[in-house]
Amino acid sequence: MTRQEPVLEVEDLRTHFFTRGGVAKAVDGVSFTLRRGEILGLVGESGSGKSVTGMSVLGLIDAPGRIVGGAVRYRGEDLVTAGEKRLRQLRGRRIAMIFQDPMMTLNPVLSIETQMVETVLAHEKVSRKEARERSREALVRVGIPSPDERLAAYPHQFSGGMRQRVAIAIALLHRPDVIIADEPTTALDVTIQAQILFEMQKLCRETGTALVWITHDLAVVSGLADRIAVMYAGRIVEIGTAVEVIDGARHPYTHGLLGSVPSRNRRGEPLAQIPGMTPSLLNLPEGCAFRPRCPRATDACLALPPLSDGGHGWRCFNPQGAAA
Amino acid sequence: MLVFLIRRIAQSAIVVAIMSVLVFTGIFAIGNPIDVLISPEADEAERAAAIARLGLDLPMHEQFLAFARNALAGDLGISFVHGVPAVQLVLERFPATLELALLAMTIAVLTGIPLGVWAGLRPDSKAGKIIMAGSILGFSLPTFWVGMLLIMAFAVSLGWLPASGRGETVEVLGVPFSFLTANGLKHMILPALNLALFKVSLVIRLARAGTREVALQDYVRFARAKGLSPARIVGVHILKNIMIPVVTVLGLEFGSVIAFSVVTETVFAWPGMGKLLIDSILLLDRPVVVAYLLVTVLLFIVINLVVDLLYSLLDPRIRLGGAKA
Repeated sequence: MTRQEPVLEVEDLRTHFFTRGGVAKAVDGVSFTLRRGEILGLVGESGSGKSVTGMSVLGLIDAPGRIVGGAVRYRGEDLVTAGEKRLRQLRGRRIAMIFQDPMMTLNPVLSIETQMVETVLAHEKVSRKEARERSREALVRVGIPSPDERLAAYPHQFSGGMRQRVAIAIALLHRPDVIIADEPTTALDVTIQAQILFEMQKLCRETGTALVWITHDLAVVSGLADRIAVMYAGRIVEIGTAVEVIDGARHPYTHGLLGSVPSRNRRGEPLAQIPGMTPSLLNLPEGCAFRPRCPRATDACLALPPLSDGGHGWRCFNPQGAAA
Repeated sequence: MLVFLIRRIAQSAIVVAIMSVLVFTGIFAIGNPIDVLISPEADEAERAAAIARLGLDLPMHEQFLAFARNALAGDLGISFVHGVPAVQLVLERFPATLELALLAMTIAVLTGIPLGVWAGLRPDSKAGKIIMAGSILGFSLPTFWVGMLLIMAFAVSLGWLPASGRGETVEVLGVPFSFLTANGLKHMILPALNLALFKVSLVIRLARAGTREVALQDYVRFARAKGLSPARIVGVHILKNIMIPVVTVLGLEFGSVIAFSVVTETVFAWPGMGKLLIDSILLLDRPVVVAYLLVTVLLFIVINLVVDLLYSLLDPRIRLGGAKA
């Protein structure tokens, strides 16, 4: 198996939003590589640009937003410069997406069958009957019981977890190379969350689909992802294998995130917080964007630190040692 | 479904009963039709005979009871003025109004929805802004004035279209219709445009507001992420979601077009129900007014029923039945 071959390369991606209040640099120089079958956890707080990164890959950025620079290469083909028609061919077929709120991602007035069959027919010239059969199989694959009944049903007849399974089934219909999952378990119960996580992992392993798992929850990705990228204010501040980032975090922000995850080992102690607030994207500080909140900031941080080289990279002049 | 229908019909019966009392009392209070109907030269004996013949000598509640008894048997009385059954008079005029209203609604739907959706998808574009400005005009210009302008422009100056009447008609099942002949259709264009103008504006605004809201929903973004064509996203995913308010308003408007197209019918001398109503009110022709209003009420009830049925087709979350409600 050619596991090393990259399916998706994002290089110096810049997506800016031109609002009345100024230019919001939602994504400002993000680079990562996704290999076949790999799971990348993209972690960050709200507004760190992780969702916009996911949308940018599929070219789903609407005005006033625009990709102003960089490249998104799917098997070597740049999608930033690709036409809308080519993007449409890839969307849903080679690169699929799952959204955060399963209550909102399925059209309330269309039956599940309609919404699945249209996805098949959008990319393949098959008969309606065959498209329906494929949809049925997809529902079975994600563990939905009595798929025939479920196909005829409408979204409001499903629970949140079931709807997310349907969304996942839709994403898997064409056995895509990449799935971008934008916080798909955030809106679900913890037990359902665990099931979905487990099944996504299993399905991706089976089909060789690479996964970009966008989340604000380090705990979720730590067990799921092969590699983790931590985003802050539109940039990746630390990237590496899950073990490197979780156990050997170097960037103070990653430390802050890890410290704010409740843990059994620190029972009774107050939960650590990162002081201050996420900066406004309209008004980012010079240099390292984390500087105003950083306990280790020095004058050197007035310049933007580069991402250090190597498999495990961090964007910091004063990196911390391995996590305590 | 059956429960729903039965309940609906029971409700409608109550509405019709209340309406008939209100209309009857209202017209009774306006004045005595005898003063209008009988020539001033008539002597007391003739006058008394006419009053007795029309049943106007009885006290009001007895008149009403007599009317109600007859109405239940399907007889709404004989027009004081024309001497023919009032229902027949109203129903004779009904097809003219109906075809005009249908054409106007068709124009409203076929132009209003596309324009509204377009404006909703591109709210900041020049075309979108022009569409919205146009819809404000459509709202605010008075119907009679627009009607006269249409006549001035297309009938008088350009001479393209006739200004009044129904033109040639063709009988279908004994009912005359204009829209089946080229000449009749030509006669319909101006009054139908006139009637449609307000509805078009209304539909544009509804469709635009709906589209703007729906276009931002996650399910539209998800539809794009599935790789669907823009035509499918707009034509199915967005359109079906914005149709509920549009259908509601169109239903109400359709009823009011049929019932109250008085102004347009007067301007274009269209021999519909609206004109009949105005004439009958002026002459205090009570049976005709009552018959007209009852027909109108029935019409609204039927339209509302159709609208409710359409809801359940458009939105699976809406269930007819209501045994629990």
